[in-house]
Amino acid sequence: MKRETQRGGLRTVRRLLVAAALLVVSLAFPYWQLTLYAPQYPGGLRALVYLTHVAGDAQEISNLNHYIGMKALDDAAPLERALAAPLVLLFGVLAVLSGTLGGPWRWLLRLPLVLFPLGFFLDLSAWLWYYGHSMDPAAPIRLEPFMPVVLGRGVIAQFRTVATFHVGFFLSVLASALALYDLRGTQRKTVPVPAGGPVRSVEVAAR
Amino acid sequence: MRWSRIGAFAGLALAVVLAGALAGQAQRTGTLPQDVQSLIEAKGLTPDQVRAAIQTYVPPGKYDEYLMFSSAGQGGQVLVFGIPSMRLLRVIGVFAPEPWQGYGVGSEETETILGWRSKDPRLAWGDTHHPALSETNGEYDGKWLFINDKAGSRIAVIDLRDFATKQIVTNPNAVSNHGAVVSPNTEYVLEVTQYAGPFPFRHVPLTQENYNRHFRGLATFWKFDRTKGRIDVSKSFQIELPPYWQDLADFGKLESHGWAFWNSFNSERAIGGTLEKKPPIEIGASARDMDYLHIVNWKRAEELVAQGKYQVVNGMKVIRLKDAVEAGILYLAPEPKSPHGLDVAPRGDYIVVGGKLDPNVTVYSFRKIQEAIRNKAFSGRDDYGIPILKFDAVVAAQVKVGLGPLHTMFDDKGNGYTSLFLDSAVAKWTLGPPYNPPDRAWKLVQKLPVQYNIGHLTAVEGDTVKPGGKYLVALNKWSVDQYKNVGPLLPQNFQLIDISGDEMKLLSNTPIGIGEPHLAQIIRMDRVKSWEVYPVGTNPLTMRPDPNAVKAGQQRIVRQGRTVRVYMTAMRSHYVPDRVRVKRGDTVIFHITNIERTKDAIHGFAIDRHNVNLSLEPGKTETVVLKAERPGVYPFYCTEFCSALHLEMMGYLEIEP
Repeated sequence: MKRETQRGGLRTVRRLLVAAALLVVSLAFPYWQLTLYAPQYPGGLRALVYLTHVAGDAQEISNLNHYIGMKALDDAAPLERALAAPLVLLFGVLAVLSGTLGGPWRWLLRLPLVLFPLGFFLDLSAWLWYYGHSMDPAAPIRLEPFMPVVLGRGVIAQFRTVATFHVGFFLSVLASALALYDLRGTQRKTVPVPAGGPVRSVEVAAR
Repeated sequence: MRWSRIGAFAGLALAVVLAGALAGQAQRTGTLPQDVQSLIEAKGLTPDQVRAAIQTYVPPGKYDEYLMFSSAGQGGQVLVFGIPSMRLLRVIGVFAPEPWQGYGVGSEETETILGWRSKDPRLAWGDTHHPALSETNGEYDGKWLFINDKAGSRIAVIDLRDFATKQIVTNPNAVSNHGAVVSPNTEYVLEVTQYAGPFPFRHVPLTQENYNRHFRGLATFWKFDRTKGRIDVSKSFQIELPPYWQDLADFGKLESHGWAFWNSFNSERAIGGTLEKKPPIEIGASARDMDYLHIVNWKRAEELVAQGKYQVVNGMKVIRLKDAVEAGILYLAPEPKSPHGLDVAPRGDYIVVGGKLDPNVTVYSFRKIQEAIRNKAFSGRDDYGIPILKFDAVVAAQVKVGLGPLHTMFDDKGNGYTSLFLDSAVAKWTLGPPYNPPDRAWKLVQKLPVQYNIGHLTAVEGDTVKPGGKYLVALNKWSVDQYKNVGPLLPQNFQLIDISGDEMKLLSNTPIGIGEPHLAQIIRMDRVKSWEVYPVGTNPLTMRPDPNAVKAGQQRIVRQGRTVRVYMTAMRSHYVPDRVRVKRGDTVIFHITNIERTKDAIHGFAIDRHNVNLSLEPGKTETVVLKAERPGVYPFYCTEFCSALHLEMMGYLEIEP
């Protein structure tokens, strides 16, 4: 019995380590992709949104956007992009730490990692809304303020747009799921464990 | 039971699939739909013409298989075609201004290339004749293209990364040339003079005595520096030649590597005098039955230069004629009456000379030439002391191909194709061993009429060590009745010919209304790898970052005394800055960078009432130097339709009195 609970504790930490690692790795992948199709761009134009930067054909898209007075993609979410790397690291560390702690810390500390994809989605939506509602009224082509598509298909002028999540986002969801799964798992597993277990997480569970 | 049912189902499925496939097959191979049949009948097309139409058709959005680089003659340009469609893909400005490309109309870079920033006379045209693609191991490598200007004795270097001219060198000692050819590893670009001139160039009264004594031809070996992508004049050299009119040249390859060959006409040294009732040059220069093939050991010449056995004439190292003869680097061999083309066979073993006034191609054997030199099989020496090899000792064969044989190209099956100017035809004939067994050697196979007066012809990589076969293009000088008359200046006529089968077949006609092309070369398209856009801030002359390139946010106007520098960017659809104010007498220098990254997002930059029009492809930085002379407010604007707000892409240049 003792041995089993010890193993469970190690597993928790290990799982959280993997979750944290996934989140860190997700920095290297785009979270969101916007593809624009128009006759004169046979291959389409792609904006790849990473946590830290925008890549792909972002410059060309920004250039086109200036005709409708939309701000450049590069100027979006400056604070988030600057803080992304340290925050991801911090959330990872906190999550791993949560595996070794008891009480409310057990879930409180991993909450940032768990909620990370949701946070990204909300932040992205907010920025898109802002971009669609802060267009320069002096732009050559005036459009009514609009909510750009966060997910799915849309049409702006001659462009068909397709917005999808990308690898980075799915990695963060996986990280979140791993951390969540563990939260449930430890609870269930640890309920029958008697008090006095040597590993902290077990103690937490026992309480 | 169950298994047999499964078997039955499987059999049924297979039958359905097969039936479907067969039906599809029938539809594909069966008779043409009625409307297509009607089209063919309405136009009265023969099956061969339908076949040719299909063979040369390239559907929208699809690419051709080959690129053809053609000279544009007195247009001074290079033309780039797709083959087999024969669609014109590009015109490359070389020796003449080409406003669309912003070539020679205001950009400092291109005017530097054209030599207009030097003290030389400002030549606004050139006569491009012979394009030469760079080679590696005797095959085209798709990196560079060289072309000569016959009238200005110049050679141009074109970079195939951006299909733009990068360098023009002027021969300091020659006033005329005929052709550019490259050695098998592009060590040298060879330029041979056409018309002899006083050497060193100066005025000498034109008398026969003076002509014979002071006039000379020259072979110039321009050293090409691959790493710099430029001809290095300091490592180039010339060989002094007798005042015959040297003509087309070719480098030896494989077994004849290290040697070069060119022919000559007017070994009579006729200089005319029609007003004085002397025979015109065309008569005087055709008097003798034989002229001279020049056989040159350029490797040995290179050694001579390394040993310092040269004179420097106008900054160019020249091996004098006497030294060349003494060192055994120059020999002559008789060749029939005023020949024209000279082409080395793929293995480097035969040298084929087109007879022009003689109905034969005369084929020289490199091995026999070597033997004759070793055995000193000379029939004598010319007036300048050059040993003349015995004709019979060096000739492998003469093939009677027809009247007016000029140029020869080769295919991948051991055939030669020779243009017949007088016959207006292409002759296909077989090479000797090892290309063909002795019983099939040196035989005329077919003559295909072409329309009309064919000059050069070109086959797919047909002058390399590995000819590609498949297509041949006849470059005809006259089109006469082939097109709707568009005035007395008729287009030239390019004809695409299928040479993949036993018989040559005419596929298509293409009119050329932009100059008189001479030679063209056809290269496999996949060998040419060009840039889609320039790295941002690239100077097209150096192909490196331009120190005056600016990014967004760095644009500015700086005045230093009477000089005003404008650091400008172009991007859809505005210039920054778009207002420039200077004073009369100022020198205005625009450094303009197209900061776009998108393929085809090209901008122009033209100033009204000024001789300025740039083509700014994405990433390119160019400079305009302008003397502000006439007060006024001049619009400058984008000349390349770039966007929906293209017309708004403009600004004003104010010149205050």
